[in-house]
Amino acid sequence: MLFGFSWDTSHGELAFAISILPILLMGLVVTIEASIAGFAVAMVLGLIFAVLKGAPSRFISWPATFITEFFRDTPLLVQLFFLYYVLADHGVILPAFLTGCLALGVQYSAYTAEVYRAGIEAIPKGQREAARALDFSARHTFTHIILPQAVPRVIPAFGNYLVSIMKDVPVLSVVTVLEMLGVAKIIGDQTFDYLVPLTMVGGIYLILTIVCSGIVRYVDMSLPKTGIPLK
Amino acid sequence: MTEPIIKFDKVVKKYGTHVVLDELDFDVKPGEKVTIIGPSGSGKSTVLRILMTLEEISSGVIHVDGEPLWHEERNGTLKPASEAHLKKMRAKLGMVFQQFNLFPHMSVMRNITEAPINVLKLPKAEARDRAEQLLKMVGLTEHAHKFPSQLSGGQQQRVGIARALAMRPKIMLFDEPTSALDPELVGEVLNVIGSLAAEHDLTMLLVTHEMRFAREVSDRICFFDRGKVKEQGTPEQIFSNPKEARTREFLKAVLEG
Amino acid sequence: MEWSEYLKPLSQGAWITIQLTVYSTIVGAICSFAFGIGKLSTNWAIKGFSIAYIEIFRGTSLLVQLFWLYFALPIAGDAIGIDLRLPPVAAGVLALGLNIGAYGAEVVRGAIQSVRYSQYEAAKALNFSPRQALWRIALPQAIPEMMPAFGNLAVQNLKDTALASLISLGDLAFVAERIRNFTQDSTTVYTMILFMYFGMALVIAGLMHLLERAVGRWRRVGH
Repeated sequence: MLFGFSWDTSHGELAFAISILPILLMGLVVTIEASIAGFAVAMVLGLIFAVLKGAPSRFISWPATFITEFFRDTPLLVQLFFLYYVLADHGVILPAFLTGCLALGVQYSAYTAEVYRAGIEAIPKGQREAARALDFSARHTFTHIILPQAVPRVIPAFGNYLVSIMKDVPVLSVVTVLEMLGVAKIIGDQTFDYLVPLTMVGGIYLILTIVCSGIVRYVDMSLPKTGIPLK
Repeated sequence: MTEPIIKFDKVVKKYGTHVVLDELDFDVKPGEKVTIIGPSGSGKSTVLRILMTLEEISSGVIHVDGEPLWHEERNGTLKPASEAHLKKMRAKLGMVFQQFNLFPHMSVMRNITEAPINVLKLPKAEARDRAEQLLKMVGLTEHAHKFPSQLSGGQQQRVGIARALAMRPKIMLFDEPTSALDPELVGEVLNVIGSLAAEHDLTMLLVTHEMRFAREVSDRICFFDRGKVKEQGTPEQIFSNPKEARTREFLKAVLEG
Repeated sequence: MEWSEYLKPLSQGAWITIQLTVYSTIVGAICSFAFGIGKLSTNWAIKGFSIAYIEIFRGTSLLVQLFWLYFALPIAGDAIGIDLRLPPVAAGVLALGLNIGAYGAEVVRGAIQSVRYSQYEAAKALNFSPRQALWRIALPQAIPEMMPAFGNLAVQNLKDTALASLISLGDLAFVAERIRNFTQDSTTVYTMILFMYFGMALVIAGLMHLLERAVGRWRRVGH
């Protein structure tokens, strides 16, 4: 029994599949929650790293670059274990779910930092020069010239990373987060039938990512390519 | 009267509803040097691209060297050509492109020898000999081992000509060979094409905007307009005494422009 | 235990990680080309199979694939009377390779499609067959285009090998977990393996960069 639902192993594969579907969907809810929370952490951390990497002083930009490279080039699983065990060793005891989202956020902050930077750098230098020629303040230039042009460029990339994060959430099951794959594994462990739950998880994932990628593509197509119109 | 080596018979080419070639009748005799002129969109490049089988026709029949190009005769009727037939027909033709289209990852030598070795199955030594002769002819012997990106546009186009000639085609198609070149590089390419025209019995079909050159090398000039041959004749007739108003307008615009 | 005493077991784990990375990258590279080219095929069966492979392996999670191959496949085999039990190393290499291959296939397809159409026309005018045009003209131009993305995928693959520890393969992550269990010295051991993975990633990135230079020599010569 899991989440208050029990499985039916005595009426064939189909009955078994139907009986565990609600359990897997409960797991899916956790998967989606973790994705969104992890993505939020990645967005915030990534922005901080993007700013630090672009800092005029090398004493700031080089360490920031090193740290993001380090985050990018080391496995999520190991980062997760590090946070889970090492923080606890130093007296910081976080719930497993929170640790997991933090690990996702750390791993993906390296990628989102790049997206922020690429989005801003993709704006032609002439735009900045024109703003300076018109004597706009730095703040006005950023909020009215840079951001409206950069945002539509970066949204599809962020969307794709959100989909990637969803596919990485199962790693969180190793620290006892009951997301969809972890739930399926438990059902398998107890019924000795891994085939049905794991195949169902695969199927649900396929639907989820196809739908999400479709949304990202749709959003990408409907974005104003020349920037958010300001009137 | 010799049989024409190229014969278009009521050839239609459409893109959707846009008619590019409009029941075109057009002949070229063996060894003849024909230049096609005309406004853009008149279908002149399309004629070459259809001959090279880069584009299909919508209707009509084309004969090349006595055989239907886009069709095969089976049981006395014409059927759409098989890939094997197209391959056989393509061997009769060579093409020089406006944008050269050299293979950027191959040296000049390999650009020229790759097809003879792999398509004609020539021994490597023979293909290299042939390439060296051709490079000598186009004046690029010292550049054999360079990559296309190391050459000027004019040099690249001369390699393009050598590459097409290495397949020993009976008919050479030149699709605006100098249009992509800086003005000072046009001459060297025209010189190569000119000497080719003077010294070989190749059949040549040329689309160009270089009117003075067309006048020098061509046996015949065809003025294309709206997918048809509007007027044709010797260079003398077309340039000095055009009959059609459209031809006069076009020549006036080109020669003064 | 001193940190230096961890080095021997960790280096043994690292060796397993390296082997996993190399084998699965080879499987991945083969899948990338086979299905990337397959997706461009005019044969609908080949095209359909390639698309299905790419969508399934990109659309589901690697860990799901790994568990499926290791836990579920034997049961599927039982049902049809074939022994499909895979040793952990085979399941690991297969899952990692098939997963990264699906991403690589999209890279290969994109790079081939980025070769200009006029190159195919030139090949056709010289009477190359479509197959010759692909292998002699398009692919050599597409491969340098693929290299930066392949470099990222190879590093991704290295990172993904850590998941193989979850099906009890004795790789770096697995050994670290065992040492932690034994010594409770998690800070030292996890810091060490983070840097070991980082070092290996830098080596892979460097090697891929050298490979990129080697296959793209013609792109760097200029006037």
